Amino acid sequence: MKLKSTARIVVAGLAVLALSACVSNTPEKSDNVGGTSNAKAGSNDEKGDTVVIGFSAPAADHGWMGAISDQAKAAADAYEDVDLRLAEGTNDVSLQISQVETFINDKVDAIVLLPFDGAAMTPVALKAMEAGIPVINVDREFNDANAARVTVLGDNYGMGVSAGAYVCEQADGNKNAVVAEIAGIDSLPLTQDRSQGFKDALAECGLDVDNRVAADFTVEGGEKAAANLLQAAPKIDFLWNHDDDQGVGVLAAIKNAGRDEFTMVGGAGSANAMREIQSGKSVLKATVIYPSTQAADGIKLARLLVQQKAMSDLVEVTVPRTIQLDAPVVTEENVDDFLPTAFES
Amino acid sequence: MSDTPTDAAVTPPPAVTPADTARVEKEAARRAEPGGLGRLLRSGGGQTLGLVLALALLALVGVVTGGERFASIDNVMTILRLAAVIGVVSIGMTFVITGGGIDLSVGALVALSSVWCTTLSTQAMANDYHWIFIVTTALLVGAGAGLINGLLVAYGGVVPFIATLAMMASARGLAEIISARKTQIVSVPGFTDAFSRDILGVSVLIWIFVIVAVIGWVVLNRTTFGRRTLAIGGNPEASRLAGINVRRHTVLLYVLVGLCCGIAAVMLVARTTTGSATHGQLYELEAIAAVVIGGTLLSGGRGTIVGTVFGVLIFATLTNVFVLNNLSISAQAFTKGLIIVAAVLLQQRFARRPGS
Repeated sequence: MKLKSTARIVVAGLAVLALSACVSNTPEKSDNVGGTSNAKAGSNDEKGDTVVIGFSAPAADHGWMGAISDQAKAAADAYEDVDLRLAEGTNDVSLQISQVETFINDKVDAIVLLPFDGAAMTPVALKAMEAGIPVINVDREFNDANAARVTVLGDNYGMGVSAGAYVCEQADGNKNAVVAEIAGIDSLPLTQDRSQGFKDALAECGLDVDNRVAADFTVEGGEKAAANLLQAAPKIDFLWNHDDDQGVGVLAAIKNAGRDEFTMVGGAGSANAMREIQSGKSVLKATVIYPSTQAADGIKLARLLVQQKAMSDLVEVTVPRTIQLDAPVVTEENVDDFLPTAFES
Repeated sequence: MSDTPTDAAVTPPPAVTPADTARVEKEAARRAEPGGLGRLLRSGGGQTLGLVLALALLALVGVVTGGERFASIDNVMTILRLAAVIGVVSIGMTFVITGGGIDLSVGALVALSSVWCTTLSTQAMANDYHWIFIVTTALLVGAGAGLINGLLVAYGGVVPFIATLAMMASARGLAEIISARKTQIVSVPGFTDAFSRDILGVSVLIWIFVIVAVIGWVVLNRTTFGRRTLAIGGNPEASRLAGINVRRHTVLLYVLVGLCCGIAAVMLVARTTTGSATHGQLYELEAIAAVVIGGTLLSGGRGTIVGTVFGVLIFATLTNVFVLNNLSISAQAFTKGLIIVAAVLLQQRFARRPGS
């Protein structure tokens, strides 16, 4: 009896540990809320009717995703008239659906949704739209245009193009350069887009990807993937790593292998990666930005929508349907401009 | 280990009679969950009572903090829809654990079934003939994978933990291979219509959970299959000597949980209109947690479907209350752990009092 009970407690305890392990990564607070929030009175930021916004995103299991929620919170906190209902942090689509259903029951004014899987969240987003609640789709797109009023996207394809163009520039006509790629989660369309952009840009200068591996946006996954890649490719000239969070692991693997013959390009744009670039001593020479402020922009757009305001810098009197953010390259020359808005992984 | 030694253990094998088999089964049933309401109050009922109290307490917290937002019909339906998918998996898990096993592959089997039943060719067949094709594919894949688990455990002599751990890795991998790691969108109108319907104001998904739970309760408490499950979970050796085909029964238990994963996959595909290799993440742990706080013994020999249903409902309600109160998922995970430990500790107190 005693033994059985003890076993039960131990296993139950283990189950809890594992359940909670995926939600432990909380990056530092960022005061940056970006955009027009520091603008003078009389602008869009003037206090209006209180807007209740429901926000749901995947688990903050890597720095970028953690920054997404933190920046969204910061953007909401900057407004007295925004009441944010935060339901962040799940990689279980069934649970995320129920979060959105709760928002619908609650009759929130708008929903900002970064889906774990865009297609899987489409039915419930449609339900919200049918209930008259505008949905702001962030980063991972629904597969039905009617499921969102506004879509805020990073430029994944553009990221790949930026990275590829930088590699071409550095290769300077060398058509035999060995190019390697460490992708993020391969099943996500965003990863496929990044790889496609990279491939297309490389093709412009006659290069192609010689070695490609995929990781999972985590430090551990990056380390594992990079260690294998470095074994497989004894000499590399250029390496593009899709994500700076997994990049911490990638850099560790490179250090362990004692390799420094290549130029590495990062992705997403973490503060950590930018400090490496700034130091000038790392193999990491550049990174391509993928803004972690997307959900924060989603919050601001939701507020404008509900208060029936428009983006005041545009002539158009309503909020646009789609907003795609830029994917610039950060190097030692311009790193000081980007470091303040970078996220901590 | 066993607190109630059975006579069957000392009976010489040649003397096995149907009466012996029945005796072992009955013995096991006696240690099992009390059946009806009357028996519930007489012995061990404190356990179920504790769960009812826990759920009531959570609901009270929900009403106090959320008011009408919590107590509305819409919100209750949201909770039940969330509970339905993992609930069906947990019912299957209850049988395996009661039978002295464990299945770590359930999440992966949900993913594999969801992917297999949404491939382009399956969808084409479904569009040409009938959407039932999607359902049968999912059920067959789940049951088939369960059969492999069962054969490995019962005839291969692989311990359940390892056999299903291997299946967890392989099934998820196979799901990724089949789907090429892409999300497969279902475009079979008949299928989505059939499952997004409400019957008597209640979603079809919830009805499926109810039906599976009722069938599970009847099978575990009112049939020879159920009594044998309890018997082999409590004392496999005695069960074997008493003439129960322990190996065959073990295989059936894993097929049963696989089948439940297939059903859950259909529900998840209907809920999301997609099949994906990323579906069902950590379902194994959620299901085990629900089963354990329900009062099923992790070492086998005692199982309760009612308890499992309450376990699932408690976690779904907890999630809902946290979302309604704008609390983070981290705080929720922490609370979940406390609830599991508290529930198990309480059960031990209740369990020790009667009968000892």
